Amino acid sequence: MSSALQERDKDGLFSPEVREEIDAWIAKYPPEWKQSAVMAALRIVQDANGGWLTTELMNDVAAYLDMPPIAVYEVATFYSMYELKPVGRHKICVCTNVSCMINGSDKIVEHLEKRLGIRLGETTEDGKFTLKEVECLGACGGAPMFQIGKQYYENLTPEIVDSILDGLE
Amino acid sequence: MSEDRATVTIEVDGREIQAKAGDMLINVTDAAGIPIPRFCYHKKLSVAANCRMCLVEVENVPKPLPACATPVNDGMKVYTRSPKAIAAQKGTMEFLLINHPLDCPICDQGGECELQDVAMGYGGDVSRFVEAKRVVPNPDLGPLVSTDMTRCIHCTRCVRFGAEIAGIRELGATGRGEHMRIGTYVEHALNSELSGNIIDVCPVGALTSKPFRFRARAWELTQFDGIAPHDAVGANIHLHVQNGKVMRVVPKENEAINETWISDRDRFSYEGLYSSDRLMQPMLKDNGAWREVEWEEALEAAVNGLRAAMGSDSAQFGTLIAPTSTVEELYLAQKLTRGLGSGNIDHRLRQTDFRSLGDHPPFPWLNGAIADLEDVDAALVIGSHTRKEQPLLAHRLRKAALKGAYVALLNPFEVPLSHDAEQIAVSPASMVAELAAIAKAAGVKATGDLKKRIDGAKPDDRHKAIAQRLRDAGHGRILLGNLAAAHPDYVLLQALASELAQTVGAGLGYLPVAANSVGAAIAGAEAGRLPGWKRTDAAALDAGAMLEKGLRTYLIAGIDPELDCANPAGAVATLAGAECVVALTAYRTPTLEQVADVMLPMALFAETSGTYVNGEGTWQGARGVVAPVGKARPAWKILRVLGNLLGLEGFDYESADAVRSELEAECEGFEPAAGEIELGDAALMLQNDGLVRAGDVPIYAADTLVRRAGALQHTPDATTGFVSLNPTEAARAGLADAREVRVTQGENSVTLPLEIDPAVPDGCVRIPAGVPGSAGLGVPFGAVGLEKG
Repeated sequence: MSSALQERDKDGLFSPEVREEIDAWIAKYPPEWKQSAVMAALRIVQDANGGWLTTELMNDVAAYLDMPPIAVYEVATFYSMYELKPVGRHKICVCTNVSCMINGSDKIVEHLEKRLGIRLGETTEDGKFTLKEVECLGACGGAPMFQIGKQYYENLTPEIVDSILDGLE
Repeated sequence: MSEDRATVTIEVDGREIQAKAGDMLINVTDAAGIPIPRFCYHKKLSVAANCRMCLVEVENVPKPLPACATPVNDGMKVYTRSPKAIAAQKGTMEFLLINHPLDCPICDQGGECELQDVAMGYGGDVSRFVEAKRVVPNPDLGPLVSTDMTRCIHCTRCVRFGAEIAGIRELGATGRGEHMRIGTYVEHALNSELSGNIIDVCPVGALTSKPFRFRARAWELTQFDGIAPHDAVGANIHLHVQNGKVMRVVPKENEAINETWISDRDRFSYEGLYSSDRLMQPMLKDNGAWREVEWEEALEAAVNGLRAAMGSDSAQFGTLIAPTSTVEELYLAQKLTRGLGSGNIDHRLRQTDFRSLGDHPPFPWLNGAIADLEDVDAALVIGSHTRKEQPLLAHRLRKAALKGAYVALLNPFEVPLSHDAEQIAVSPASMVAELAAIAKAAGVKATGDLKKRIDGAKPDDRHKAIAQRLRDAGHGRILLGNLAAAHPDYVLLQALASELAQTVGAGLGYLPVAANSVGAAIAGAEAGRLPGWKRTDAAALDAGAMLEKGLRTYLIAGIDPELDCANPAGAVATLAGAECVVALTAYRTPTLEQVADVMLPMALFAETSGTYVNGEGTWQGARGVVAPVGKARPAWKILRVLGNLLGLEGFDYESADAVRSELEAECEGFEPAAGEIELGDAALMLQNDGLVRAGDVPIYAADTLVRRAGALQHTPDATTGFVSLNPTEAARAGLADAREVRVTQGENSVTLPLEIDPAVPDGCVRIPAGVPGSAGLGVPFGAVGLEKG
């Protein structure tokens, strides 16, 4: 499309490293389907931006992949791993789905909220932790569980939670 | 899918139906008149199958199937009202209503709501849902579309309309599950010139008309047929009337003309009918002061004024009439003018180049059916901001482009399109040279001035590619748009286009400027053309000459001289200097008060019966459906009385139909022939000398009615005037950090806000015409000087 919205200089978008990484994903798809790289591109851009996406960054991804911006917003709002507000250095994603709930995820959430002084969906004032409720992460065998960064922690108890959090920078 | 698909026989509710294999079941049942409820399905949009309302039972299939996404095959047995189908429909309805508010009494959609209707027909009578319903905040989509997103059932018709028809995907579904919502995410007013159609496709009250909000209930309105009076499509519309007022306009389906769509201009311009500056009573200027008078006095004054000022020299009388007038008005205006012995009548108010094209020029029409535009393989559009000039013709071209047609545009600035196209954007002074380069690449042989242009041209790869694609096309079309028609070298552009079309074997067509530009040519409201477009050699001044030369008396009809004439400053000065100006006008404006001597209040579209001839040459009549405001009268009746009072023969018509019949008789045997352009001496008028203005007419400034349509004037497309330059030219002119610019064109100058726009080419400055900001300037194309304002 030659809509003015999309006629942007692509070379000026992102850092060379980010661009290289996105290009590697674009190369995996046929040229006319480069929008298929949108999820990877959003993840890469999010990681490079301290874990969250701004509207401007989503617009940049849209321009880079020749997509209408709204199509990128749709993807970014649909998947829970994309953050649209700033998050803490450590994002704690607590599963509260059926298996974890049966195995006491309520107590884990309660303990986390008390220890961090924040509610689900909030970030500590020092910007260290964000607490997030998520749906099943596919680790029911180790319920209750949470994910911090790229790491899963299973068979949690309040004591185990404390020792994990104590070990984080 | 190939066209020679097998015919299959299916059975629906015990009834045998023939269908093409692979057709979707819902198309087949719709054609057979068998009702199946639906929300997300729309015949003009892709199949989403997300609402599940059209579930039906199919024999030997364990689960109910959505009729919109189930292809038919031979021997298929379908039950739309079996217990299984009814249970599925009822279940879907119950789910859809879970989050839908029960606010029908305050919802604008109430009474014409698909959800209401289907709930009545297929839903249960009580809800089992006792939990809290969700509430969704309403995004502001601009001045045309009102939102109540809590009512949305997520059918995504509006999203698909944007992506597939408007070609601008502005709406989307963000979030998921319970949190899904339809909106723009980043709040902004919709940019599409077709955006109002989402009001019609929305099956619930989530998207409704903002100007119509809370004005009337559907069942209080009476529906009348009408014709949209703006562009060369003549979209078929329904006018919804309450208590003698047009309350809103919606499309009337006509596949050959407007399909099921209308442009926002056609939909919302009715607001101009009730603008506060409507002239309600005839007015007379006495010693410089205006006073309201009765019709008799006004008509007498008009006739005496015309007679006295004209004296015995009928060549001192001229008529300027809007190309949005009805055929009847145009015909009577020329009959009156010629009856008085003058050939000076014209509707081509924005044209500046009236040099001769020989004795048999092509008739200025589309040269084919509107729907044919979808089937072109290659098109070259010369001088047209297609989407904003002719929204629905642009939509047809877009459909062609999506089917693989090659579309090229030659314009004085790059225009935003919703499809792929080759765009050549050059300074207006280079447009002739660029077209000549394409002609040269195509091997056009010409003589005289045209040969000079072609010999001097230097085709590059782009020109060669366009020539080649046009030559390769089985169905090629070259179209001249409104920017070409206003160009000072219009005859050169036409002659080159015509030669090019002949050489490559393409059709040459015009995108007529206004709703009745074609009708005006047929009705004889054109200098040198009698009704039936018959040539006449009687002395005649065209619109440009009439205003340049300065006559003693003028009749003007349906125009704002400072906005509708090619040279606004010149037109106003000339009219102000005339001895007598009689204005048929719907509006009372300061300019008319300045230049006119008598103002006769005329009725507008919807208030008067009349005919419009669209770009493809279809005559479309419309009735007056509301009484004119105040003491305004239909213009054909005013002209009839003027004719009678002036003692002219043949002005005793009983109805507008009688006028039309007379014209039809005079048009007997008229065929818009291909014609042949014989260009005499035609020097290049516009030279590349400094900055050259390109003046396009913005979509909502095109005519008197739309200019006064309140909501449209608050859309992003509305403007009162600006100057736009690309960053390089802005820097060169020392305007890089300027916010306002003083524009000088000849003796005139105005100050306008500056916008930096890379779409404007070097050597060009875009300053729209037809808007108040540039009313103090001259013709739309010409050299201008800029300085910091």
